[in-house]
Amino acid sequence: MSAAALSAARAGIVSCLTCGLLSRPAAADPGFCRRCGGKLVWRKQHSVQYTWAFLVAAAICYIPANALPVLGTTALGSTEFDTIIGGVIFLYKSGSWPLALIVLVASIMIPLGKILALSWLLITVQRGQARNAHDRARLYRLVEFIGKWSMLDVFVDAFTVALVQLSPLMSVEPGLGVVFFMAVVVLTMLAAQTFDPRLIWDSAAEREAHGG
Amino acid sequence: MACSTRSCRRLDDQRYCEPLRQVRFGAPWSVDFQGRHFALGEVPLSHETLACRECDLLQEIPPLPPGGKARCPRCGETLVSHRPNGLDRLLALTIAAALTLIVANTMPLMGLEAVGRSASTTIIGGAIEMWLQGSEITAVIVAFCAVIAPAGHVAFLLVVLIAVRRPPAPRWVGELLRSAHFMEPWSMTEVMMLGILVALVKIAELATVTAGIGMFAAGAFIFLIAAITVTFEPHEIWSRIEWADGTKPLLPVDAIGAGQAGAVR
Repeated sequence: MSAAALSAARAGIVSCLTCGLLSRPAAADPGFCRRCGGKLVWRKQHSVQYTWAFLVAAAICYIPANALPVLGTTALGSTEFDTIIGGVIFLYKSGSWPLALIVLVASIMIPLGKILALSWLLITVQRGQARNAHDRARLYRLVEFIGKWSMLDVFVDAFTVALVQLSPLMSVEPGLGVVFFMAVVVLTMLAAQTFDPRLIWDSAAEREAHGG
Repeated sequence: MACSTRSCRRLDDQRYCEPLRQVRFGAPWSVDFQGRHFALGEVPLSHETLACRECDLLQEIPPLPPGGKARCPRCGETLVSHRPNGLDRLLALTIAAALTLIVANTMPLMGLEAVGRSASTTIIGGAIEMWLQGSEITAVIVAFCAVIAPAGHVAFLLVVLIAVRRPPAPRWVGELLRSAHFMEPWSMTEVMMLGILVALVKIAELATVTAGIGMFAAGAFIFLIAAITVTFEPHEIWSRIEWADGTKPLLPVDAIGAGQAGAVR
């Protein structure tokens, strides 16, 4: 007698993503939740495709986000442009290396890490890999939790711009890099939201039956 | 309660749920549930049965002591936490958060002085200045993440919590709860505060910077929002809201942790 953990989908039961109510739909299309009225799905619809789309878009935006300047500082008639890494170097040189490290991690390493981590999750899900499910679930939770922190540099730029408006002496304006950087953050957050972590645990047979 | 799963380490406050096991008991597949066997399509659904939202494992919530948590035995996700007076605490925290948020958004966040000129900014001022400098998209996203999402999250939550004090709450309360849930990941006050700190260090060389009342209020808001996230228990709130198909919630409202099996749906 072999025993295996039973997923709700395997038992023909759908759990509502909004309110968690379990329903046993009669047809293949589960319809709507009886409690909250939300659309019921076995797995988030087209989860893998949507997540890939957001990830590819984020990866493309990551390049101009780092290459283009995020801030332009005009002082005494001359304008200097700073990229994200330039801001990190400025913080480091001005003696506040803990903040330099925070900005480096939040702006450069976290977005890249999120893109790589979600790509790995998608590839393993598409190959139907069953190994490392615990580690992958933990990685997904980390990606979800850490997501908003890469917005840090956008806020740094916004408040620098808002405060340093002492024209004609000195003024700061946002550069085009901010828009691309923000796009990276928003797209990776959307990618994390469209990914369905339950796919990590599904066996190949379940994936076939309920789609992703 | 004896736990057959691999990881019962801290039974006092954290319990692992009992997974429903699928047993090859001759053919066809059947499910071992409370000592009886059921065919796959006949697994009884009680108030105590849940599917993990992270891994879809079907499981039974064990009786929980006050302050206890039930975790998924497979992926470790916290499924239900039982907090005495959870809703009252949550309401108190949410009212406090709403008040600090109003102060944080209306009072100046910080002021700056350099060679006899001074400037000050509020939270929305950061977004407005971005807009004026020609970066409209950034301004909209900053305004959404720093002002609209935190305000929406707290306001919707406040209405939901007041409405569920007298169950069954009407159906629109569920819609508001869903909206609050949508706003939550985009509410970034804590990230904004760290961003302001970094901006201050950058500016500190050029000018004298003073913290305003708004800054302290935003600091307090961060701690309140963290406490709300920890206390929030959707399972209990949903059990107090009228169903979309008109069914009144028929389950005992504080059944979580009481251990009795609810009505079979």
